[in-house]
Amino acid sequence: MSIRLKIISEMQQIAREQNITLPPLDDDLPLQSTSLDSLGFAILVARLEDELGRDPFTIADEAAFPLTIGDFVRAYENVPA
Amino acid sequence: MSRPDVRPLRGYLGTAAAGRTMSDAHRQVSLTGMAGQTWLGGRLFELTGRSVLLDLGTQLQSAIGLAELDGVAQRMLLLPPDVSADHLASLVKTVAIDAVVSDDPARWMDSGIENFVATTEPQSASTPTVTARTTEWLMLTSGTSGVPKVVSHTLAGLSGAIVADTLAPTSPVWATFYDIRRYGGLQILLRAMIGGGSMVLSDPKEAMADWVARLHAHGVTHISGTPTHWRKLLMSGAADGFAPRYVRLSGEIADQPILDALKQTFPAASVGHAYASTEAGVGFAVNDGREGFPESMLNGGCEGVDMKIEDGSLRIRSGRVATGYVGSGIPALTDADGFVDTGDMVEVRGGRCYFVGRRGGIINIGGRKVHPEEIEAVINSHPGVRMSRARARKSPITGAIVAADIVLAEGYSSGDSDAVRDGVLAICRAALEPHKVPAVVRFVPTLAVTSAGKLARTDA
Repeated sequence: MSIRLKIISEMQQIAREQNITLPPLDDDLPLQSTSLDSLGFAILVARLEDELGRDPFTIADEAAFPLTIGDFVRAYENVPA
Repeated sequence: MSRPDVRPLRGYLGTAAAGRTMSDAHRQVSLTGMAGQTWLGGRLFELTGRSVLLDLGTQLQSAIGLAELDGVAQRMLLLPPDVSADHLASLVKTVAIDAVVSDDPARWMDSGIENFVATTEPQSASTPTVTARTTEWLMLTSGTSGVPKVVSHTLAGLSGAIVADTLAPTSPVWATFYDIRRYGGLQILLRAMIGGGSMVLSDPKEAMADWVARLHAHGVTHISGTPTHWRKLLMSGAADGFAPRYVRLSGEIADQPILDALKQTFPAASVGHAYASTEAGVGFAVNDGREGFPESMLNGGCEGVDMKIEDGSLRIRSGRVATGYVGSGIPALTDADGFVDTGDMVEVRGGRCYFVGRRGGIINIGGRKVHPEEIEAVINSHPGVRMSRARARKSPITGAIVAADIVLAEGYSSGDSDAVRDGVLAICRAALEPHKVPAVVRFVPTLAVTSAGKLARTDA
């Protein structure tokens, strides 16, 4: 499964657990419009670290946090496992 | 009669270079001139040998009060701004306060305690202050929900680390994000006052950009705060152009990402993290840019402080340790050998000691807290679970999230893991607030247990 598919599937799993409905997860969608809260993103980042062996936000050189789904996926794609 | 063997705080002010100042967001006073001035309208002598509460609205006034009273009062209790009125009455009784220095006389009018009103401008002292004693400095512990404990120090103990790890030889300008009425902030104030420097005080109502502008304007060279303070500064984007020489972290675990981020933001600065607590005093400072501290500092390897790890927690003995708690019915501050149990759990890996959390182990998820036992109780209610441990897992988003380690019950095998995980999460979601539900679940063959028969919580 590609990194993108893995991320989308984890987001959907968390949304199910939290009883929320996600909008279509297009690249341009701002993360704050996904209806996942900061706890949801914290869970997502932890699970992706377990799944993919990487956490781009803890090792990041700069504190830039992604703004859109596309940014978020690229953050994972650009980090070596 | 003056005691030549006691050097009070004011004794450090007049002697160094002129032009030393202390400022807050609203005003600036001369530290150099303070020794010959009074802010108590000439009534200081009336406070000789008394137990004095300093209840002053600003950090600036509080610092002035400390300098004026040290060596005169028997004891002085420095009141932080956030102590509830209910606790105040109890504290006044515990410490046997018989005088209050306040800038709000109405607050103490009906208390039956003599009130001394601090003036808003200094006056020349008509007679030199007589240093008659070693004053007890009383600080309050933080972080407890009940009445804070009163911890007693002397100026000598409070300032014991200052020569040892002050980096700059010439007139530093210190600042701190902390309030100087708590131990961490007081340390920085004393570094400025005793170390021949100047001091810039924080203001909780001030916007980050205004605070940094003030740090700039006063030429701050040395600055201290918690990792959280520093993260806030970095996230604000206000740090541009600010170039301190020494950046200090304390009060929380300083992790590698924040140390690295500060080094990157302030390339010319020495970035160090320090360990201190109200009870144990200043332990040590680490300036090698790495989280944790070298194992070689334990067991006699650190100048001026004895440190050891016992039952997983850091124990400290030094001349900087508090002299004791004030009040009755409180367990002794040190053990029979003079060590303070800090309650901070330490793990040794590869010659390095890492802090892993408080003994109590409360998990803090973005400011919402949970005791791990509460979660374990719910998890353990699932028939497929033998035992479980909830623990904090670091998160770059919320600081921590809840992770759960589960040992399957007899009769269940690894093939049942997915079903047990789903079942456990379902009952957790039904019984617990969302932040308490484990974000990740791991199945483990065993969980460590201490010699006292309790779940070990420090090997995560």
